[in-house]
Amino acid sequence: MKVNNQIAHSVHEPVEFRTETMEKVKELIASYPEGKHKSAVIRILHLVQAEQGWVSVPAMDKVAEILNIQPIEVYEVATFYTMFHLEPVGKYVFEVCRTGPCMLVGSDDLIDHIGTKLNIHVGETTQDGMFTLKTVECLGGCGYAPLLQCKYKFHEHLTTERVDQLIEEYRSGKYDQN
Amino acid sequence: MKDRKLLLENVHIEGIETFDVYRKNGGYRSVEKALKSMTPDEVVDEVKKSGLRGRGGAGFPTGMKWSFLAKPEGVARYLVCNADESEPGTFKDRYLMEKNPHLLIEGMITSSFALGANLSFIYIRGEFMYILHTLEKAIAEAHANGFLGKNILGSGFDLDLQVAPGGGAYICGEETALIESLEGKRGNPRMKPPFPAVKGLWGCPTVVNNVESIAAVVPIVNDGGDAYAQIGIGRSTGTKLISASGNIVRPGVYEIEMGLSVEEFIYGDDFCRGIANGKKLKACVPGGSSVPILPHSLVTKTSAGEERLMSYESLADGGFTSGSMMGSGGFIVFDEDQCIVRNTWNFARFYSHESCGQCSPCREGTGWMEKVLHRLEHGHGTLRDIALLEEINKKIEGNTICPLGDAAAWPVAAAIRHFRDEFEWHVNEPKLAQLKNYGLITQPSVAV
Repeated sequence: MKVNNQIAHSVHEPVEFRTETMEKVKELIASYPEGKHKSAVIRILHLVQAEQGWVSVPAMDKVAEILNIQPIEVYEVATFYTMFHLEPVGKYVFEVCRTGPCMLVGSDDLIDHIGTKLNIHVGETTQDGMFTLKTVECLGGCGYAPLLQCKYKFHEHLTTERVDQLIEEYRSGKYDQN
Repeated sequence: MKDRKLLLENVHIEGIETFDVYRKNGGYRSVEKALKSMTPDEVVDEVKKSGLRGRGGAGFPTGMKWSFLAKPEGVARYLVCNADESEPGTFKDRYLMEKNPHLLIEGMITSSFALGANLSFIYIRGEFMYILHTLEKAIAEAHANGFLGKNILGSGFDLDLQVAPGGGAYICGEETALIESLEGKRGNPRMKPPFPAVKGLWGCPTVVNNVESIAAVVPIVNDGGDAYAQIGIGRSTGTKLISASGNIVRPGVYEIEMGLSVEEFIYGDDFCRGIANGKKLKACVPGGSSVPILPHSLVTKTSAGEERLMSYESLADGGFTSGSMMGSGGFIVFDEDQCIVRNTWNFARFYSHESCGQCSPCREGTGWMEKVLHRLEHGHGTLRDIALLEEINKKIEGNTICPLGDAAAWPVAAAIRHFRDEFEWHVNEPKLAQLKNYGLITQPSVAV
């Protein structure tokens, strides 16, 4: 997979997950047949990212410790799946779909527009740490294109006006409760 | 033929996503019927009789796939639902699960009973995390009402159902990659044989079925396989969910009876309502990004001049020379202003991004194709590049563990086959190609 699979080596402090995250993790592990708990790793990484914003090496080490598997078994998974941010990202990551059906209805222009509006290139984060712009492959919303996803939330039928509005809405914390 | 709905019939009923409303509207009847009055093999027989073909893209008969499941004594068997839906142009499973989650849960229970699975999984792409929560809520409701758990409806059949997310990898829609992912590993497809039916999840016999296939088991068991086989046309039985996208007036998910004409689907009032903004049709990819593109002259008619229908056979009529495939039902429509070279490059970039990297023909080949197409699209290509694409294509096709290589190669081959003039124009008029579009081609560039 051609992804940013350079894992960030700049962070070394061990991490502890919040109690509520740990509770969910334990529940997940218990839901698998005995000895098959490694299956929970992808979902645990989702939980870790939801809590921490991204997936650091110490966080992956912690996941390995919890699952009683080798750290490499977590690294190899985290680097394969493109949803995991392996470097620090902004508070909100706009993942804009760029694949065929979205392109047919203007995703290229939309991506340019967001970049200009936020004054960043694809892959970069705004100076205030609020927004990261990423492009992703097919999000599975082709009939509602163009679209983007931010913290699992889909925003569809986008126009440049709607995107401008969306940026303000995120800035004002409108979607923070979910 | 227009109004036949089996899967989406109830999606507009308010509260259908809750157990109570779903049950009031006839939900979970197939579970009652199967568990109380049928043996597992009888359920399998009904599915065989129905002629249901896998709705994920391959179109393999579901009943036959079920009958291949190995049943060694004392070994667990698993049913895994493939909800990884990530073929560009496809978003039907998302719609079905979001609107009517209990239909999938019901299908999973009835199917698990048929296969003798006591623990089943729904593997859903990570981007659909909100649907994962919808499904888990539906599962909890089914549990609370005695349709999941121990001794369901007093039948002695036990079943637990779990949902597991992916993490953003197209390849996990391939069944062995999906199983690897479900085991908590990278989604690298496995060599076959052994097939999952013999050695699948955790080395146990496993059946992997698409969301829509599992959902179709509900009407098949309710009304009987023969009744289902009456719907549709020839060997394309039943209804099919079509995801319509691109330059059409009304994109969205449509349930059609197999055999509807493509013309009616694109232009009919009940369906896509024609090309958006009053433009003309240039091309269509009828089954998701992996299937061959059809130029407008071959969309509504086959090369023999027969009406093209929405069925496995008719869409494939003409083979790879002048036909395409039903695939996953991802129906992508291109208007006259779209650039075929740009689109081909876009899809090539997708496959290059999504190649898992295990097999060198795919890992390297998809990357080369992406680079060569980028060059052509951006005015730096040569005529030799077009031939080069065809050569790379032949070296990927059939030389990889899983079908991703073929899926990457076919769209490029088809685009060149039907739109060679447009590719050559990008080479001969590189400056012009950056400014304007080639426009509508009135005839396919090969004699058909």
